[in-house]
Parts: sequence; structure tokens; C-alpha cells
Amino acid sequence: MQIDKFTPKSDMMMLLGFAAAVLLMPLWLQPFGAAYPDLMQRFAIFGLFAIGFNILFGQTGYLSFGHAAFIGVGSYTTVWIFKLFTLNILPAMVAGVVMSGIFALIIGFICLRRTGIYFSILTLALAQMSYNLAYSVLTPITMGETGLQVEASDPRAWDAPLAEGAVPRTNLFGIEMTDFGGLAGFYICAAILIVGFYIALRITRSPFGSMLRGLKTNQNRMSYTGLNTRPYALAAFVISGMYAGLAGSLMAAMDPLAGAERMQWTASGEVVLMTILGGVGTLIGPFLGAVAIKYFENIFSAIDGAVLTSALDFLPDFLVSGIVPVLSLFVGKGWHLTLGLIFMLVVIFLPGGIMEGYRRIKARFSKQGEE
Amino acid sequence: MDAILLQILNGLDKGGAYALIALGLTLIFGTLGVVNFAHGALFMLGAFVAVSVREVLTISTKVKDESVTFFEAFKEIPYLELWLGDTGRAIIDWSVPISILIAIPIMLLIGLVMERGLIRHFYRRPHADQILVTFGLAIVVQEIIKAIYGANPIPQPAPEMFEGTANVGALFGLGDNIVYPKWRLVYLGFAAVVIASVFAFLQFTTFGMVVRAGMADRQTVQLLGINITKRFSIVFGLAAVVAGLAGLMYTPILSPNYHMGMDFLVLSFVVVVVGGMGSLPGAVAAGFLLGILQSFASMNEVKQIIPGIDQVIIYLVAMIVLLVRPRGLMGRKGVMED
Repeated sequence: MQIDKFTPKSDMMMLLGFAAAVLLMPLWLQPFGAAYPDLMQRFAIFGLFAIGFNILFGQTGYLSFGHAAFIGVGSYTTVWIFKLFTLNILPAMVAGVVMSGIFALIIGFICLRRTGIYFSILTLALAQMSYNLAYSVLTPITMGETGLQVEASDPRAWDAPLAEGAVPRTNLFGIEMTDFGGLAGFYICAAILIVGFYIALRITRSPFGSMLRGLKTNQNRMSYTGLNTRPYALAAFVISGMYAGLAGSLMAAMDPLAGAERMQWTASGEVVLMTILGGVGTLIGPFLGAVAIKYFENIFSAIDGAVLTSALDFLPDFLVSGIVPVLSLFVGKGWHLTLGLIFMLVVIFLPGGIMEGYRRIKARFSKQGEE
Repeated sequence: MDAILLQILNGLDKGGAYALIALGLTLIFGTLGVVNFAHGALFMLGAFVAVSVREVLTISTKVKDESVTFFEAFKEIPYLELWLGDTGRAIIDWSVPISILIAIPIMLLIGLVMERGLIRHFYRRPHADQILVTFGLAIVVQEIIKAIYGANPIPQPAPEMFEGTANVGALFGLGDNIVYPKWRLVYLGFAAVVIASVFAFLQFTTFGMVVRAGMADRQTVQLLGINITKRFSIVFGLAAVVAGLAGLMYTPILSPNYHMGMDFLVLSFVVVVVGGMGSLPGAVAAGFLLGILQSFASMNEVKQIIPGIDQVIIYLVAMIVLLVRPRGLMGRKGVMED
């Protein structure tokens, strides 16, 4: 296994580069047509989700198929704080993270009794159970299929009551998320993302982080040295659950509603894909994967038959009529087909994801340079 | 008493589907050591073979409707009915059972192609990679089916003979309170036959004996000069056929839709885990057991005591089994214990 060389200085450079790239997103995403706040918020939120997921999967090797449940817990808690106490997002997000942390502690305590595929199936089962419960028995809390929404008439203990018919907007000490054309919301997400990235960086470089990687490499040997490995795995599980809860909280803060569909297992699968596509176990990779997937989701979903036909205008007609139906399988509503294909191709040919691809290309060029 | 018997019957047909899928999953895991997340997709493909067969059989033409005399009216009549009369009508009526004949070679082919084309390359990769690639495959298959057949369920009627309900209670002399849809009885019988033939195949044929030997000790079998890999890929095809037939026969009970595979897969995995990874009798027993438990949990009396229990009972059982007896009810000692 190749070990990356790193120093405190290179880490600092990476962090600064990451922060600059994130903060300047509204500028450099302009040419890609992705510089609008809603999409950039999603980049940041799912980036955070994937970075947190990577702390579990990338460092310890435990493949969880149920992380979307924490997104749900975070979202629901946040919206309930909005409904009952205040529209300020800070206490709401703190509550969301704490609740998902507690939830992760319980789930992790059960699931981490097993490893390998058993762990994956257990997390999948528990997440699916939460999803089913959110749709059925917990309807008084989750509002089932309608989803939980913030109303003007909610009794907010800490806020002055809103006027009848006013739209309840979430804010951070008076700055509303939709201010500055939505950029306020994006920069709050970005700031949290950078802090989250910094924490992940510190965890990776800490003795605790090497303990986690030890779990991945050979858990038995760790046990033989007289170490109780479970608390470490549990800590990693809770931390990544809290990241997911924070991501769910942010979703609810940007758009104050929560629905059970965020907890479905496809959502759990998506974050696995983001992490793999970017590069498991790398720091930047999961974020890159999240951005790539959300970007292409946005682009591909918007394309339909008419767009394709006009784009292929330069081809002869008989070709266009042949190609368009085939291509339109993969775009628009067929985006998931593309997603599944990418998933398979990445796992088959590039298990290390974008970061490994980058490393391979770099290695090839540097070799040529030496010759 | 009647209510209890009825719930057991209700659980058995769903349990039959679980058992069939879990049987295939276990076969694949026991022979090839691969965790196949695309097995639900095979179940769904089987169901859609039935849909396609029915579509082909009912290709229709417009014929002048003679019963309407005062204006020109047309009605659609399938070609089969035009050419063969009542026989044609009977063939269409029996489309679901007939499609079994077509489904067997198709599913076998799909299974073999899948194993040779994709799964084969993943034997030496970690379980996580196997899960991920088959998961991706499941998404792809599901989306292709969605693109072809649309997102809405397509109802498939059972043959007229098996429509309606049968008075099961009278059969056992238990009064007239236990009535049960006939097709579900057919499904139950079908599941039993398929399970029995899989076991007989493994137990009483030379091929099955070699496969069992390979499951127990792959290396020794190979050292004896037997091409076990080839046989294992046939086993994969067999598992695909079992899953496909399970889905096909289930179509009159549940109208096929593109996400039925995944719905059943998650539950079937739980079934496999409860039964014991790698144990064929365990998979079958756990399938029926969980099916029955689920149907008991959906009784109103039970739901009043513990609300929502019907949604979570299977997962609860799985968690308890995994924590108390991690190798499952009938799992071999030491298989995936940690």
C-alpha cells in the first residue's frame, strides 16, 4: 500500500486550497453553469455527508448501508426546533447533530457487534426499519408522506410570533438563508463544510485516526495486542453519524421541510457511491465525488429528448432519430441508469476512484519526465 | 383457532417467495462466496418475463364488432383467438404458467452471462466490492426495466380456474371461516415443488454431489481434477432460474413493478441472515418463519398492543438473531462468525 507523504505544512496548504476552492465556488463554477446557490448548497451539504461517511468507511472499512437514516434524524430534529423554539438555525443544527449522535450511538452499539457483510446488512435493515417507521407509526412526528413543514402559525417559544400568512424563513441571527440571492445560505454551508473538512483532517492525522486504519487493516491483530477495538469503531460510527445528521440539518435549514424519502436506502447507496467515486480513504476524494455526482445529476436530469435533438442537429436526420431514443434512456428521468453504470464502472475499473485516477496519471507523467 | 390458521396461510405464500429468493442467495454465497445484491433484480426480471409473454400473446388486431348493428364498431381481438378460437383464449388465460417454459432458458442465460461476464471477476475482491458492483447492477437492471415498461405496476391475471377463493377450512373440517385465494395456494405448492427439486437435485444427482463437495472443500475437489468453477457457474444460473420463477409466479399476487426486486431483496437478505449464511435448509425455514411472523404481526389485535410492529417485526427478529446467535438459526459453525 502506498502511503501518502504529508507534513503539517502540506496539510495546511491542502486545507487552505480546499477552503479557497469552496469559497470561490460562485466564481469558478460560472463557466460550468453551476454557480447558482441551490446547487452549490447541495455540493457543500453532500460533500459534508460524504466526508463524514468516509471517516467510517474509508478509515475503518465498515461499509454502512444505512447512513441516510441519520440524515432523516437530523432533518426531523431541526424542523421540530424550527417549529417549537426558534427559526434561528444555530440551536436547530446543534440539536440535529446531538440527536443524530445519540441515534448513531444506539444503532452503532447494535450493528458493531458484527463486522463485514453482516454489518452492512444490519445497518441496511435498521435504516429500512427507521424509514418504514417514519412512514407509519411515527406519522405524528414525521407527518408521513406529506413531510414535516414549518408553518407561520407554529408556536415558537423564543421568537416573536410571525404575522398571519407570513412565510417563515430560517435565519442565523437575523441573516436569512435566502439573503443575497441565496448566497448567505451557501456561505453558511461552505463555512460548515470547511470546518467539517478540518475536523476530518485532524481525525485522520491523529493517533485515533491511525487506530481506525489499524481496524481496517487487521482487526484481529489489534485485538491480539490486548486492545479493545469496539470503542474505536463505535466512536468512528458516531462521528460519521453526526456528520450525516449535520448534513440533514443543513438540508432542513436551507429548505425548512423534512421528508422520509431522504432516509430511503437509495440515499444511503448514493453516499457510498460518492465516496467510492471520489476515492475511499482519501480526504478530498469524497467531496469531489459528491460534487461530481450532484453536478451531473443536475445536468443530466435537465436534458430531455428535445434538447438532445437540437444538440445533435449537425448529424443527418436518420442518425438523429436513431441516436436520440438511445441517449434519452440515460438522461432526464433515466439519470439513475447512468448513476448505476458509473457505479459499476468505477467499482470494476477504478476502485480507488477519482483520486487514484489522478495519482495514476501523475505517476505516468512524472515517470516520463525522469526518462 | 381459525384466525391463527388463516394467518399462517397468509404468511406462507409470502414466506414462499422469501424462501425461494433466499435459497438462491444462499446457493450463490455457499458456492461462489459472493454476496449478490442483484438477486432481487433477477426476481423482478422473472416477473417481467411473464409480462412480456402476455404482451406477445395478446398482440391484437381490430375486428368489426358484429354485435353492434347500428354503427360501425371495432373491437380488439388477439390474433391467437382469431386463429385458434377457444384454444387461443385458453392459452392467453394461462399465460402466467406458460411463461415458465420461456422463463427457464431466459433466466438460465441471464444468470450465466452475469456470472461469466461480471461476478467472475470479483471472486478475489473483498466482500465490499462484490456488494457494491452487484448493487450497481441492480440499479441498472431496475432502471432499464423502468425505461421499457414504465413506472406503473402491470397487473397480471391468474388463469380463470384459479381466480377467487377456496374454502380451505372445509377441506380440513374446520368450518367455513377459512377462505383463501386459490392462486396463493398454487404459489405455495409451486414454491414447495421448486424447493424440493433444488434439494433433490443437490442430494441425488452426481452433479449435485460434486457441488456439495465443492461447497464443503473447494480445493480438494479441484485437486481431484474436477472443474468446479464451471459447475459453480451453472449453480449461479440455477439460482437465477429459481429467483426468476419465484417472481414470475408471484405476478398475479403482486402486480410487477420495477422496484419489486429491491423491496424483496432487503427482506430476503434478512431471511438469509436469520437462517444462517450458507445454510440451504436455514434459508427455506427462515423464509417461511419470517413470512408467518410478518402476517401475525399485521393482525389488528397485535397492532393494537404494539403499534407499527408489522413494519418492523422482520428487522427486529433479524437483530435479535444476529446478536444472540450470529451464525443464524441453522448456520454452520464458523461461517462468517465475526
